[in-house]
Amino acid sequence: MRVLAISGSLRRDSHNTRLLRAAAEMLPPGVELVRFDGLPDVPPYDEDLDGDLAPAGVQALREAIEDADALLISTPEYNASIPGVLKNAIDWASRPFPDNALRDKPVAVVGASTGLFGAVWAQAELRKALRHTGAHVLDDELPVGTADHAFTPGGKLLDPELNRRLADLLDQLTREVRAPLELAS
Amino acid sequence: MTTAVQPFAGTYHADPVHSSFGFGVLYSGTGKFRGTLDDVSATLTAGDDGVVLAGAARVESISIREPEMFRAHVLGGEFFDAENHPEVKFRSTKVDLAEDGTARVEGELTIAGTTRSVAAAGTWREPVDAAGGGLRAGLELATVIDRRDFGFDWQMELPSGGEALAYDVTLEIDLQLVQREEG
Repeated sequence: MRVLAISGSLRRDSHNTRLLRAAAEMLPPGVELVRFDGLPDVPPYDEDLDGDLAPAGVQALREAIEDADALLISTPEYNASIPGVLKNAIDWASRPFPDNALRDKPVAVVGASTGLFGAVWAQAELRKALRHTGAHVLDDELPVGTADHAFTPGGKLLDPELNRRLADLLDQLTREVRAPLELAS
Repeated sequence: MTTAVQPFAGTYHADPVHSSFGFGVLYSGTGKFRGTLDDVSATLTAGDDGVVLAGAARVESISIREPEMFRAHVLGGEFFDAENHPEVKFRSTKVDLAEDGTARVEGELTIAGTTRSVAAAGTWREPVDAAGGGLRAGLELATVIDRRDFGFDWQMELPSGGEALAYDVTLEIDLQLVQREEG
């Protein structure tokens, strides 16, 4: 099973990218996490460019989502919402609607911020936008606050409770992928 | 029933290294955020009129150093307004020290320019000869204030419902009080 991981922060030492790396170490057997790092190559959404031949960066995004069984997106919080670059990517991925790459795709949302609240409002905004695209979005959130101090030098989450919640979320995500198979068997 | 005692005489100063002023507030409905004000001065003065505890803490010494936006928010107008009100102050109106080691202090607490009556309870330890000379005593107090009483009204609703930051704030004061020998 392949989980596509997208960080809403482009920064090299991003806490959100670190959170995705921590998640990669906690996946159930048989699940691999593949990071999509092409957000900088996705141009601002423009319907004039959204024809049969989408820009290369958009094609790469859509193909990465299509090739994945599930998505794990980690978002920082900018001005009480999600980064524009992440919203822009979702806008592109949502097209053509309704038969887009995100449709019915299981998605889990997590987030980290250096403040107290762990991007909890950005995560809610992200879930809202993703649901609108037709994605199958898990309800749970993972707010990693005071992110400067939230990780061990080895990149694991320090807080046992957050570790447990992240493991639960990943378990839920993989079950959402497997559920149709189990139901069919 | 406890019996009030008064073993102090003269003026004691809080030893800044071994004293602390902490606060705690519940956030996101689950976690407790704790911090301190590190630059604290306090005196306990015992005279004919009983014991008076007075203290002040520099708001700039708050333990929230980074991220910069977090510090700026806490020191800004929605919370401490440190530019206009650089100090948190306290002056007791009543200090009860009981024989069983419990203490109760009432007084006026000023935060961000607003003064309210508060009462705190805790324990005390009577003066003993300190290793470096002089006398050393202890006083630990705790209370809970409603931050709105001091104009700290900031709030956000969590996406799942409920308040982002609780209104009740726990204050914990641990004073090591030292009286140096004269001369």
